[in-house]
Amino acid sequence: MKVLVPVKRVLDYNVKVRVKADGSGVDLANAKMGMNPFDEIAVEEAVRLKEAGVVSEVVAVSCGVAASAEVLRTALAIGADRGILVQSDADLQPLAVARLLKAVCDREGPALVICGKQAIDDDANQTGQMLAALLGWSQATFASKVTIADGQATVVREVDGGLETLAVRLPAVITTDLRLNEPRYATLPNIMKAKKKPLDTLDPAGLGVDVSPRLVTLKVVEPAKRSAGIVVSDVAQLVEKLKNEVKVI
Amino acid sequence: MAILLIAEHDNQTLKAATLNTLGAAHHLEGEIHVLVAGAGCTAVGQAVAQLSGVTKVLLCDAPQYAERGAENLAELVRGLAAGYSHVLVPASAEGKNLLPRVAALCDMAQVSDVVGIESTDTFVRPIYAGNALATVKSIDPIKFLSIRTTAFESVGLAGTAAAVETIAAGPELGLCKLVDRELTRSERPELGAAKIIVSGGRGLGSGDNYRRVLEPLADKLGAALGASRAAVDAGFVPNDFQVGQTGKIVAPQLYLAVGISGAIQHLAGMKDSKVIVAINKDPDAPIFQVADYGLVADLFEAAPALTQAI
Ligand SMILES: Cc1cc2nc3c(=O)[nH]c(=O)nc-3n(C[C@H](O)[C@H](O)[C@H](O)COP(=O)(O)OP(=O)(O)OC[C@H]3O[C@@H](n4cnc5c(N)ncnc54)[C@H](O)[C@@H]3O)c2cc1C
Repeated sequence: MKVLVPVKRVLDYNVKVRVKADGSGVDLANAKMGMNPFDEIAVEEAVRLKEAGVVSEVVAVSCGVAASAEVLRTALAIGADRGILVQSDADLQPLAVARLLKAVCDREGPALVICGKQAIDDDANQTGQMLAALLGWSQATFASKVTIADGQATVVREVDGGLETLAVRLPAVITTDLRLNEPRYATLPNIMKAKKKPLDTLDPAGLGVDVSPRLVTLKVVEPAKRSAGIVVSDVAQLVEKLKNEVKVI
Repeated sequence: MAILLIAEHDNQTLKAATLNTLGAAHHLEGEIHVLVAGAGCTAVGQAVAQLSGVTKVLLCDAPQYAERGAENLAELVRGLAAGYSHVLVPASAEGKNLLPRVAALCDMAQVSDVVGIESTDTFVRPIYAGNALATVKSIDPIKFLSIRTTAFESVGLAGTAAAVETIAAGPELGLCKLVDRELTRSERPELGAAKIIVSGGRGLGSGDNYRRVLEPLADKLGAALGASRAAVDAGFVPNDFQVGQTGKIVAPQLYLAVGISGAIQHLAGMKDSKVIVAINKDPDAPIFQVADYGLVADLFEAAPALTQAI
């Protein structure tokens, strides 16, 4: 059984976000970029399924600029077998990415797609669900445990009140939550090996997908800063402030 | 054109998040219709009909909606969406699971986590863990919006009841089955709706400490309990306690962060709280940059002392 894992190149999660002065977006020039952390978890899960003998091939796919090849190499170093770059300089929004991934799934015929639940740049939390819709597949989002057996995935999901377990028929789309696994660090030998693994490049036109944005960003601003607070000397002063100054208790 | 809102409920009671989503709908133009889909959910439909601004309730009562799986629900909403200018859900786990599926079935975009409504097609939403706010305009004919509930007031009763119309169910697609649901049972207020939240981080050291130190404080304040990701990952508390970019977004009157460093991913979930108090032994902890009142102290002394003093 083949698994497809979409991976996105985003601003590294440790980097401080700077909004451009002209309000056109976030400044990414010369910033450290890396794989979206949720996608790392997705790659790790797929590779573990392969190591467990449940999966035969792990294909990583990235949609975006040429430099997205770097995150594909990272996926290959974690243990994916092959990479596909759908190269485009366009502003790729979740629906467009879902449509591109649908086209790749039509070619590749995976039985399972494992995506990150959200990307930490646009925080949209849409692509996996949209892909499942376009494919007509079942979906199991926000997964914290995945078991595959007998053409079915049993997925424990993190929901608002706690946890729920779903049995979904394959093929399916699963999206990962933080507690699904802890991704391994790619070792140097595996990074070297990854350089020799196959990486194909496609483009939206070749896949017959129109990626025109449906949302136009009018401006991007920094949120209002909280005004600086004070350090209280002890518990008594804290209680006094909460009772008499801001009256919240 | 009218607005369609999808109610969130457990077949018996309406979730508070729906009331805030209705608050957001009040900022748009047009009648507000609310879909109540479930199994044995007539009482929920009747409760929704009483809410201010609701002009019609669409009640869809069928076994395939009992567990609120996205596949069957999305198919139902797809069929209804064409008659509406906007489709709204709360940006809850359920709303996030459902709405993108509907939007994609309609071949349209979704705007996630709306915190501001500028006009019928222009919305404000946080990106990069709330470190930036984007104003986006949707060019699609139907606007699919998930609403960040902390950004909108909740709506109360109307005094009159809207009509409840029963609608036909969609197909049972048979794609997915609920096996088990383990919901955390608690007498405390719900995290998303609480006026006061006491939240604990890795500094608590263990689940036993978390309960011993923070529960008495929360009891005294009538507060909900929350946590950082580190506290959840370490197994101190269940996953649904997590506050942050990828957990719950909260904005209570008072947020008490105890033994939490204040990583940006945590701040993303609580920095819109009215008053923030931080107790941390490290004077350089980033949480102090957003706290209204900071207490540099060992939490094992300060938190019990605070419980005593209030
Ligand atoms: C993709 C991604 C998503 C994430 N999403 C979230 C999220 O939604 N929510 C979230 O919270 N995090 C999230 N994180 C994790 C986040 O980056 C931090 O690792 C996490 O918030 C740290 O939790 P903490 O503050 O409890 O632990 P730490 O950072 O370890 O802080 C513990 C604090 O306790 C203090 N302390 C220790 N002992 C005492 C004592 N005796 N008395 C007083 N103070 C004490 C220390 O000084 C320290 O400041 C995410 C990370 C990533 C990469």
